[in-house]
Amino acid sequence: MEGRGKGSQASLLPGVGALALAAAYLIALLAVEKQPLIIGLLVGGIAGVVVANWFGWLVPVARSFADREDTLAAVAIVCALAVAAWFHDNHFVLLLVVTVLLYTVATLGLNIQFGYAGVLNFAGASFFGIGAYTSAVLNAHTAVPHLLVLLIGGLLAAAIGSLLLLPVLRTRGHYAALVTIAFALLLKTFLEVNDVLGGPQGLQVKGMRVLGWSFNDNIEVGSIELSFYLSYFAVSLLILIGAFVLVRRLERSWIGLNLDALRLDEIAASCFGLNIARWKITAFTLGNFLIGVAGALFGMVGGFVAPNNYTFADSLILVSIVILGGIGNAWGLVVATIIVVVVPEKLQTIQEYRFLLYALLVIAVLLFRPEGLLPRPVRRYFPGFRP
Amino acid sequence: MTAGLLAQYVMNGLMLGMMYALVAVGFTLFFGVLDVIKFSHGDVLTVGAFTALASFLGLKAVGLASNPLLLLAMIVVATMAMAALGMLIARALVLPLRTAPALNTLLITLMLGTVLRESVRLFYPAGANPKPFPALLPTGAIPLGQFNLRLDNAIMLTAGVLVIVALQLLLNRTKLGLAIRAVAQDEETARTMGVNFTAVVLITFAIGSALAAFAGIMNGLYYNEINFGIGLLLGVIGFAAAIIGGLGSIYGAILGGFLFAALQTIGAVALPFASAYKDVFAFAVVIIFMAWRPTGLIQEKISERV
Repeated sequence: MEGRGKGSQASLLPGVGALALAAAYLIALLAVEKQPLIIGLLVGGIAGVVVANWFGWLVPVARSFADREDTLAAVAIVCALAVAAWFHDNHFVLLLVVTVLLYTVATLGLNIQFGYAGVLNFAGASFFGIGAYTSAVLNAHTAVPHLLVLLIGGLLAAAIGSLLLLPVLRTRGHYAALVTIAFALLLKTFLEVNDVLGGPQGLQVKGMRVLGWSFNDNIEVGSIELSFYLSYFAVSLLILIGAFVLVRRLERSWIGLNLDALRLDEIAASCFGLNIARWKITAFTLGNFLIGVAGALFGMVGGFVAPNNYTFADSLILVSIVILGGIGNAWGLVVATIIVVVVPEKLQTIQEYRFLLYALLVIAVLLFRPEGLLPRPVRRYFPGFRP
Repeated sequence: MTAGLLAQYVMNGLMLGMMYALVAVGFTLFFGVLDVIKFSHGDVLTVGAFTALASFLGLKAVGLASNPLLLLAMIVVATMAMAALGMLIARALVLPLRTAPALNTLLITLMLGTVLRESVRLFYPAGANPKPFPALLPTGAIPLGQFNLRLDNAIMLTAGVLVIVALQLLLNRTKLGLAIRAVAQDEETARTMGVNFTAVVLITFAIGSALAAFAGIMNGLYYNEINFGIGLLLGVIGFAAAIIGGLGSIYGAILGGFLFAALQTIGAVALPFASAYKDVFAFAVVIIFMAWRPTGLIQEKISERV
């Protein structure tokens, strides 16, 4: 590794530039209202990425992300703050941004299960829904502090998920997929026929309140009025940062190495003394916990939960995000979540068709680029290592 | 419980079982020849049911009034169309992915199921709402003591039995059936013996998908209503039934279908809460069953080559 000291690290500039461009593009996309302009922007964005790829401009960006990830992560946070600040009084856009943040948390959870350990989970939206219903019930009937409700939402999702552990551990591949699909359908039907939890109409969720601070009131700073979603944005961003750091550390640690071994070859891994059941349980439970936390907060943000928001199709959307982002690539997930969540909201004509379009898109990706839009880079075993 | 009520429950269970069995047979056929699970199978059933409904409306519009003829036309159109769709799916998506990881086939067929389901929801006129399905079978009933045997149920059950017997004959008594069984047993040897592998796979997918269309029509006639989600439900239960009986075995799949229907019917009768929970119960049974016997009632001998 000689000669690969600090000096030979890739420059920060391409990464910062790419992030700044992405933030500017995102602000433009979110600000534009006219449909033709949005289509133009989307086409322009795709063309821009293709052209940049053609000229090889993405290579330095990838290198700078690989070498200076921590600094660039901080820059990414600044970019997120900039986007939020730009739209400080726009309820709709901020809601969209918060949705992106929380969906990213949920897909990070799914990524631990599916991307690292290879445990299939086609009930992601169900665990998300468990979190949301938890906050609906707890906020309405108890005085549990709302930050604690988030934690309980995650724990409950993990606990209910652990009911599936036995079948998930004993089965593999298609069989395990069947178990989680059956669970997704079960939970949705259960929520629909159950009177206590509001039936098909769902439940209202009380807004978040921390230390007497009500999140559902607009914030007034001097003469400027800020959208109340900014409070939710702050909490969501903090949760996302926590989840992201957790997932990245987990991936780089020996736990991540174990999970990778488990996914790539279960039998070989067990021959080398890895406890398959233990790591599958860890991944499945931790993933569901993250999904549940995100769901609990999302319930409070939306103010409303109903069975129709947590269907099997929504679970498939979450899986689509993981596949599109490049299975196992946490940064790719952020990009894929932005695409999958923002595009149908802005492009109203395709809103109704989103399940169909994303299913087709995933089929195309699996056929022509199975590693996803942003493939997961090779594991770096020591600093400065380049395969 | 009176004998009449009991007979009614048995009849309901048999009808459900027949539908599950027809779907399960499809899963087991596909698994036999290609070792793949086609998760879009249930949604092929949905498309089949809607094709039948559309052809009914079309024929009605051109003035065909005879119920038996209408029904026959519906069955022919729907089974043929789904057979073609099944072959197309096999040709375009399943066969090209044979060398890819099994996970990709799983994901692709799942997503394809979504595409089919959403296409019905979006592109069939008002497809998001449940659609009334015409009652084309005679509606009379034969009184047997306290129990009224409804003619339409009896006809459907008989038709189902005939289809299964026909499938048995096809598989066991014809050259095509021999080829299918040969491919299922050992693909390479079958190839060296001059079996056209691709053709056999395509025909198997056609047969399985036609069976799904048949089950879809049966489902429509039984409940007098179809919606875009029926296939997902029947697909999951059918797959579970195929696993119960041991994937790859036709008899097992049929047995699994009826067993599952029996469990569901007993559950609906024995459990105190309302029948609203019958689907919840069914899926709970699927999950519990997978925990108890992950590879079916007749345990598969697992040995893996590394």
